[in-house]
Amino acid sequence: MTRLQLVHLAHARSGDKGDTANIGVIAYEPGHYDLLRRLLTAERVKAHLAELVRGKVERFELPRVWALNFLLHGALGGGGTLSLRTDSQGKVLSTALLRMELDVPDDVANAVRGRGRVPAGWSPSIR
Amino acid sequence: MTRSRTVRVAAGQGFWGDELEAPVRQVEGGPIDYLVLDYLAEVTMSILRKQRSKDPAAGYALDFVSLMERIFPACVSRGIGVVSNAGGVNPEGCAEALVEAGRRAGAAGKATVALVTGDDLMDRLEPLIGDGHELRHMESGRPLADVLDRVQSANVYLGAAPIVDALAGGASVVLTGRAVDAALTYAPLVHELGWSFDDYDRLAAGVVAGHLNECGAQSTGGNCSAEWWTIHGLADVGFPIVEAEADGTFVVTKHPGTGGVVNRATVTEQLVYEIGDPSAYMGPDVVADFTTVEIDDLGDDRVRVRGATGRPPPERLKVSVAYSAGWKSAGTLTYTWPDAAAKARAASRVLLERLDRLGLSFAETHVELVGWDSTHGSLAGAPPADIPEVQLRVAVRADERAPVERFTREIAPLVLTGPPSVTGYATGRPRVDEIVAFWPALIDREAVEPHVKVEMLHV
Repeated sequence: MTRLQLVHLAHARSGDKGDTANIGVIAYEPGHYDLLRRLLTAERVKAHLAELVRGKVERFELPRVWALNFLLHGALGGGGTLSLRTDSQGKVLSTALLRMELDVPDDVANAVRGRGRVPAGWSPSIR
Repeated sequence: MTRSRTVRVAAGQGFWGDELEAPVRQVEGGPIDYLVLDYLAEVTMSILRKQRSKDPAAGYALDFVSLMERIFPACVSRGIGVVSNAGGVNPEGCAEALVEAGRRAGAAGKATVALVTGDDLMDRLEPLIGDGHELRHMESGRPLADVLDRVQSANVYLGAAPIVDALAGGASVVLTGRAVDAALTYAPLVHELGWSFDDYDRLAAGVVAGHLNECGAQSTGGNCSAEWWTIHGLADVGFPIVEAEADGTFVVTKHPGTGGVVNRATVTEQLVYEIGDPSAYMGPDVVADFTTVEIDDLGDDRVRVRGATGRPPPERLKVSVAYSAGWKSAGTLTYTWPDAAAKARAASRVLLERLDRLGLSFAETHVELVGWDSTHGSLAGAPPADIPEVQLRVAVRADERAPVERFTREIAPLVLTGPPSVTGYATGRPRVDEIVAFWPALIDREAVEPHVKVEMLHV
């Protein structure tokens, strides 16, 4: 097993619904969806985001599009407009989840090495 | 009647404040049948209500009227229908301005504006509560009467039916107040493709299409976390266009030659954006199941979406009430190496102690180091000792304005009276903002639907 961050296996988008935030996590490869489903349990996500999410975490599955949707209750300091945080609407909570570390089989880790992060030497002028 | 044709519905705005040239590119960049313009985020209605309290003629998205003046001739000559919720809390005023704009643009006698009203409950709240509609908060269960004196706006989310009626009546522009965002997109599909309001699978397909349109470029490469550095041309990003067939299958695409990209990743990220239980996406016309949706990347910026399924909608409609819930402010200062984070944290302690000594009472105070932990919290770990700089951001919230006002005067003094090597205070005292909070509630359809009207105005 190799420890690596979720960012190499999935992309994600987050947003708000009242004081609840959601994070949609999408596997880059369909073959990794089941792995993510096993590793990204609601309990583990709650533990990872414990400081940012006061309430419970619910998980929903969208297997046909290789995605998991997490509902984070009490994640926005009282709701978008009441929150004092910079990220009052949870728009970047997705990235807090993408840094989560997972233990994955070595062959998976080797296959996704470097994926999900800007390549070394990249600059905005490179096309 | 089901027609065998493709209907192209183009998204022009994802929110009020979105890229102003996008709807022009949608009209000029290739063939479309409808342009839909979404201006209303949750917070927008209360902002518009405040504007109207100062000026009775205001209260709608002014950008929409100036935009329409530019594109009216092209829309009329090419038969492009426009559907927008730009009416805000003054759809009548918006419609009047729109008719005048149409005349100035040379569309007199060539266009009809349909005005949809009945979503605005503000003037009906007391009688509604008197009749037993308690409008209880969907999470806390409290009745709206608890905050009635602080309510700033109250609107029910209308569905597609009045928009479809307007299109059937020959409207070239349909203007609403609060309608569900997705309805702006699926109402034209219902009208053009002859869908029935009890054909829940097709309505669900329409909801998915609307969901993929309603945040503009978030479906076409904007804000996409999947290898974002490979997405080019965002300076003239193409906004999404839904090409729908009678069976509910549709392709998400964008005009040729525009920037951004439409692929599986961009579409899937938007599919899961701001949803709850994906098997029960609630709306006034249908409960859509997103878990049966299949996404096929056809290449060349074309992604096919199919398979959505639907169930009958809930008995009651959603109401969004905005009410005043206190005051807040945030102040910032920048601290530099050496020991930037330690200095910033020490400064925040000095500030909070001063606020305490002043006897000020806050519902909440919040300290962040921007550049280190403001978005990931403790997941960021301890800042490195040699971090070059951090921005200290302290925010407070209170029921009364006065303590928040005093807080704003306590930031700058830290420059001469706190830890060293601090800058970034030249912008003056931070702003005090009124907090407008949301009160989601449900209301019986019978209390709303008889009040919904469609009025046709000739340009």
